[in-house]
Amino acid sequence: MVWTFAGGVPRLLRADGEARAGEIGQFTFGQISDSHIGFKAGAHPSAQDTLAEAVDRMAALKPDFVIHTGDVSHLSAAGQFAVAADIMQGVRRQVYHVPGEHDTIGDGGKLFFQRFGRGSGSGGWYTFDAHGVHFVGLVNVVKLTPAGLGWFGPEQLQWLDRDLRHRSASTPIVVFTHMPMWSIYPQWGWGTEDSAPALATLRRFGSVTILNGHIHQVIQKVEGNMTYHTADSTAFPQPAPGVGPGPGPLQVPADKLKALLGIRRLDVVANRVAFTDITLA
Amino acid sequence: MKHFSRRRRVAALVASILTMASTAAVVHTGRVASASVAPAMKPAVTISNYSFHPATLTVNTGSTVIWVNKDGDVHTIRSTSGPETFNSPALDTGDRFGFTFHRAGTYHYSCSVHPYMHGVIVVR
Repeated sequence: MVWTFAGGVPRLLRADGEARAGEIGQFTFGQISDSHIGFKAGAHPSAQDTLAEAVDRMAALKPDFVIHTGDVSHLSAAGQFAVAADIMQGVRRQVYHVPGEHDTIGDGGKLFFQRFGRGSGSGGWYTFDAHGVHFVGLVNVVKLTPAGLGWFGPEQLQWLDRDLRHRSASTPIVVFTHMPMWSIYPQWGWGTEDSAPALATLRRFGSVTILNGHIHQVIQKVEGNMTYHTADSTAFPQPAPGVGPGPGPLQVPADKLKALLGIRRLDVVANRVAFTDITLA
Repeated sequence: MKHFSRRRRVAALVASILTMASTAAVVHTGRVASASVAPAMKPAVTISNYSFHPATLTVNTGSTVIWVNKDGDVHTIRSTSGPETFNSPALDTGDRFGFTFHRAGTYHYSCSVHPYMHGVIVVR
């Protein structure tokens, strides 16, 4: 499946695809999500094997770097983080991580941040810039709400506001965090309780792309200049929002499984982001 | 793998708890009066489809409650209120966790990964 979005009016790109000085560079990055190392269920292939397949496909795309949107591990176990890190080295690129709620069980993410953290802030959130695009990695899984929704907390929201306040509205922004920043299905915890202040801070920018994992399927939403995208897992699919009794791993025939697992390629051209979701089938 | 050795230890612990619970049941035979009280031998809560079954379990003081995760996802048992606190490690599919209640009262607990899952243990 290949599709592009413009969040508004499509633009004609220069034929040579090269950016002029001061413009946003053209580059490619990748997204891998929900590798759940340690997950196993019956005849299901191991999450290690499917992550290794995903990594092979990602390496073949030769992206500039890769984002992992959380649930690296299934049980927050040190051995699972070690295996995941070892397999992820196969992309041969810098990998930027944010944790999922499966990475923070019991220790608030201590082991996760020791291995994958960027060390810039006390709570594990951080930014980096690439080719004129500002990337923001947020953490919404360390303290979940009683309803099971994600939570940024006031310290992180104030930090985000400070980080973005003085940036030009023409700076393309890519936000990545584990749990969706819009309410997909709150009964299953598929949303973030305090995303509204973050979205208000982001709204003045001309191009905002929000990347999530958590729900193990591709769902997108466009809202003005802001676009929201969840991603496939590399380990197992989950049901469509509200379909069936609960969000547990979707049981599918073995020959259908890999069509429901995947990775994502993102091509930034001018200030637009083109998405290609690539399954493991 | 560290993870698996830990799970073996948890399994051994649960086995020993089950043994102790059986022993306790022998001691307490004849004292379990009401039909609404779960048998002292192995009061158990099953986790399936993101909920605890039964949602409320009543046991006698000194009982060990065993939680069994029969769900496809990971869960934990974390007390949120009550006379004592308890907190399980991550329970994978098939894992068990046991806690012995020494003090009477009402204990509320949830899953730290899915906090919308709620359960109650009443100890009398």
